[in-house]
Amino acid sequence: MSVFDGLRFRKVHSPIHNLDPRIKFVYVIAIFVAAIIFYQIIPLLILFLIQIPFVLLARVQRQWLRSLRGAAFLATFIFVVNVATTFFTSGYHFTAPNIENAAAMTMRFVVLVESFSVFFLTTSPDHLGLALEESRVPYEFAFAFTTAVRFVPVLAEEAQTIMDAQKARGLELEKGGILKRIRNYVPVLIPLIVSAIRRSLELAEAMESRAWGATKKRTNLYALKLHKGDYALVAIIVGILIATVYIRLYVPIPTIASFF
Amino acid sequence: MAIIETKNLTYTYPGATKPSIVDVSIKVEKGEFVLITGPSGCGKTTLCRTFNGLVPHFYQGELKGEITVAGIDTLKHHTYEMAKHVGLVFQNPENQLFALSIEKDVAFGLENVGVPREEMRRKVDWALNQTGIYDIRERSPHEISGGQQQRVAIASVLAMEPEVIVLDEPTSFLDPLSAEKIFEVIYKLNKEQGITVILVEHRLDLTAKYSNHLIVMDHGAVRLEGDPRKILASEETRLIGVGIPKATLLYQMLKKEGLNLGDQTPLSSEELADQLLEALKPRD
Amino acid sequence: MIEAQDIRYAYANKVEALKGVTLTIKDGEFVAIMGQNGAGKSTLVKHFNGLLKPSKGKVLVDGVETTKSSVAALARNVGFVFQNPDHQLFSETVEEEIAFALKNFGFKPEVIEKRVTWALNLLSLTQYRKTSPFLLSGGERKRVALASVLAWDPSTLILDEPTIGQDHEQKEKLRQFIMQMQTQKKTVVIVTHDVEFVAECNPRVILMKEGKIVADGEGKEILTDPALLELSSIVLPQIAQVFTKLAPLGFPKDVIDIYEAKAAILKQAREKGMLK
Repeated sequence: MSVFDGLRFRKVHSPIHNLDPRIKFVYVIAIFVAAIIFYQIIPLLILFLIQIPFVLLARVQRQWLRSLRGAAFLATFIFVVNVATTFFTSGYHFTAPNIENAAAMTMRFVVLVESFSVFFLTTSPDHLGLALEESRVPYEFAFAFTTAVRFVPVLAEEAQTIMDAQKARGLELEKGGILKRIRNYVPVLIPLIVSAIRRSLELAEAMESRAWGATKKRTNLYALKLHKGDYALVAIIVGILIATVYIRLYVPIPTIASFF
Repeated sequence: MAIIETKNLTYTYPGATKPSIVDVSIKVEKGEFVLITGPSGCGKTTLCRTFNGLVPHFYQGELKGEITVAGIDTLKHHTYEMAKHVGLVFQNPENQLFALSIEKDVAFGLENVGVPREEMRRKVDWALNQTGIYDIRERSPHEISGGQQQRVAIASVLAMEPEVIVLDEPTSFLDPLSAEKIFEVIYKLNKEQGITVILVEHRLDLTAKYSNHLIVMDHGAVRLEGDPRKILASEETRLIGVGIPKATLLYQMLKKEGLNLGDQTPLSSEELADQLLEALKPRD
Repeated sequence: MIEAQDIRYAYANKVEALKGVTLTIKDGEFVAIMGQNGAGKSTLVKHFNGLLKPSKGKVLVDGVETTKSSVAALARNVGFVFQNPDHQLFSETVEEEIAFALKNFGFKPEVIEKRVTWALNLLSLTQYRKTSPFLLSGGERKRVALASVLAWDPSTLILDEPTIGQDHEQKEKLRQFIMQMQTQKKTVVIVTHDVEFVAECNPRVILMKEGKIVADGEGKEILTDPALLELSSIVLPQIAQVFTKLAPLGFPKDVIDIYEAKAAILKQAREKGMLK
């Protein structure tokens, strides 16, 4: 209902969303390792391409493109710096291998961004919270995580209401110099803090009333179970790692320049 | 045996100069639908908090007198032990839902006491069905309306299968139709499951008809207690500042003018309409 | 005078909260805007002091288009009291809280002093002048919030859900206060779903549903139309419920006032010889 809708999560079902977040995390690590092991453009390009089916299966292409666009500035920076350093160290001229090398470094960064964004775009916070609960992380931590996800949008909306209430009493947030502007926010911050304290008290009261802390041996409504998809992903991970090690050790990797 | 019994209960919040409840002695029988009302600040909420031990365990402060709920002395037992016997539902639905899906919220109490998964699933589904929110069980709390949120709050205490459910102005943020649906749910639980209900409300227009035991509080003390029909008909109730249902008020105004509609004071528009139809029906 | 001309409003997430609303609120009118949560009531009234500007259409406040003015300027004439007082109270004392808006609007210190005293008196808060608003009860905090808006004497007053969580006596005081505003020819707009309160005040009622106005007229007319009210998740006021049931006896259906109800019933009882 408001500007803060983006902060709110929604449950989405897709073969990728339904995967066990723990396995997905291992997958991110595997891609990470592979991307570090290779420094040539061709294998890194392949690592980039093999992830695209995941993105398409999860139907998050639009968000995924947005995150890549977000990384574009840093990627350009990495490319320019790499080209520049080789330019200065190799006696002031551009060579094809140097540029290819810079492109590979940039590609490595893009692959990392890609795999992390696939993970976060396809893992809902409640799934992540559950994974935390099922791991050896203390329950209080997992609870704090999910509660934060639950209440961040609520607080954001409340901040908007408070700003509206004070603007209706003639407060002009954008008026004055920098110091005055900071002071303008006092009438917004105090009610926000007071209300957050009140809210947390009410939350604590509700938790107490529902037997919070009754036993150390908590149970859980959900259980993370491995499904077919998860086993398939495990197979893919193992495949990627074996291929990575084999290729790195025994296969001479051509450069693009060598094709010409 | 009474399910809730208090004797000379007096409680002062830490740092407060005046006690919030004074010398409260009440008795609630199993299966009753109790309505507690009174002006703002009369001590209704504080009294509710004594029923599951939030007062004094969570709030600290000084509690004098005796209180037993479901046969347990709440002074000697923690709130988490009381949670199996007494469920509290609060005014603001937003601040009592903390999970990211509805069924997870309903399961929260059961998880805390360590109920095995299959049994938990069964109880959660039962509570979801009782409150009519089974179909939306996988949604997140912000995807549903305030009325639905409050039903989740009820389901989440119901899942613990308590003997008593206490609701502190559960509908003040809701539109009238959603409020009515909530009261219907509570009434059904009371009738069909035999759960004792304690409902704190200002708006007797909507709730008086469900109750069979009314408690009127003022300045921390219980001023009137007993049959809602008698209490709502009394002048004293009006003077305390309780909002008498319009149907009851109209009945009394007509009675004063000499129109006899029968001895039973009506608590709802249906009852009054029936009495009027009977009294004014064409005779031949 | 507030005029809305076919206004539409969409939030950033493209959800259209207002889908073409046209209405005029004349000076000195008392209007209750009713409807389900999410019907667009709050979105609509936030257009009246410029907190929101329409995506399409126009809102004119005393002839000035809101897009051509600032909230601060519009608020001088249109006071808006939010539902939850805790969303605005922040000062150390009640007195400072009430002076806050006056300072924002650039009143002179001696005028501020006078206005604060006047507002405190109007809402019987004088004894709390130097008290921290955070130490007051819920009902008192609500009154401080109201006083802090009344202090600059706006000609229009918007109250968002003023009866939520209020007990019988507080509601009665609020009703009397609104009546007092009415005698001073102030425009009062309340957003509410408290049917009994509206039935007692009997203002002009505007019923909204899904971003549109579905009914606009006298309270007596709208609050006695079951089909219309059900659309908006509102139940009939209790007196209207009784009279809907009494229709077979030839009673009028459009009764919401308890005294009118009493008179009608006694009249029939007399005709039937049941009373002397």
